[in-house]
Amino acid sequence: MHVLRQRRTGAPESNICSYLWQPGATERISRADALGDRAQSLYGRCMAIDSFKWLPPSLRGFYENMHVPPPDGVPWSPLAKPLREARIALVTTAGLNVRGLEPPFDYEREQREPRWGDPSYRRLPRDVRQEQVQTGHLHINNEDIDRDFNVAIPITRMLELEAQGVVGSLASTNYSFMGYQPDTAEWSARYGPEVARLMKDDAVDGVVMTPV
Amino acid sequence: MNALARTFEAAGLTTVVINPMPVWGQRLGTPRTLGVEFPFGHPCGLPGDAALQTRVVRAALDVLAGAAGPAPVVVEFPEPWPGDFDHWKRAWHPPEPSPIVRWLREQAQRRAQEKRADS
Repeated sequence: MHVLRQRRTGAPESNICSYLWQPGATERISRADALGDRAQSLYGRCMAIDSFKWLPPSLRGFYENMHVPPPDGVPWSPLAKPLREARIALVTTAGLNVRGLEPPFDYEREQREPRWGDPSYRRLPRDVRQEQVQTGHLHINNEDIDRDFNVAIPITRMLELEAQGVVGSLASTNYSFMGYQPDTAEWSARYGPEVARLMKDDAVDGVVMTPV
Repeated sequence: MNALARTFEAAGLTTVVINPMPVWGQRLGTPRTLGVEFPFGHPCGLPGDAALQTRVVRAALDVLAGAAGPAPVVVEFPEPWPGDFDHWKRAWHPPEPSPIVRWLREQAQRRAQEKRADS
């Protein structure tokens, strides 16, 4: 049985939780505690995971020092039913499309206009097969997704959990966006609300989202 | 993705983001984040490793169903990346530099040339 134990650290409004469900977890928490002051001074919070671990050093500094205005509140819609009854959709930003169903994202325009990223979305039916999934994201190495799309959009894993009764069902349609968005205005104003409506029409309760 | 999560949640959907950069969940006000210290392009793990993918997905579902406020909630997946750091810090990059990286390099080269021409 998994145990989600919330452990609040840092400022009162922060809510960093430790996930304790297997041996080894406690070691990482000790690491977070040891990092404590430094992590809090860098990010204002205590986090064991290094969010900039895989970036080149120059980009790490850029992101660490980037000024981000504090969010204007945080929306909160708790799951209204038990997980075993809930319908779950998957949404990734891996820039995937299904061959024969929809065209790829407009990567050609991004090549011409590097400060633009295609803000639209593509659909992935729950019975999609590996050979139908087309990659093309220009900011990551797509080889592993070409081999097994579950690293970015875990449709097969969710179908297994549906069969085991862990979740009620996987949605009939899942979605891919393309994550390189210098400006997320169109996501917030147009495409995000559109996909939210489509998921609600499909009786979706919860969304597992996987940025790449 | 954080902007999308906020949009979905505001529309009444419950969301969790499996994020290799969980600090953005905190700073941008994403309702629920499962942080994974995994290289870009691999939020659920390695290809063919169904066991690891399942552990990540189940952790995310636990956060989706079980996290209590106050938001933003960040939960950290406790497993380290199963691959070698020195390999993967390079391996996640695209084979060709992305258009914006190429453009930034060209700009930098142009500025350097102009500086040399001035001096």
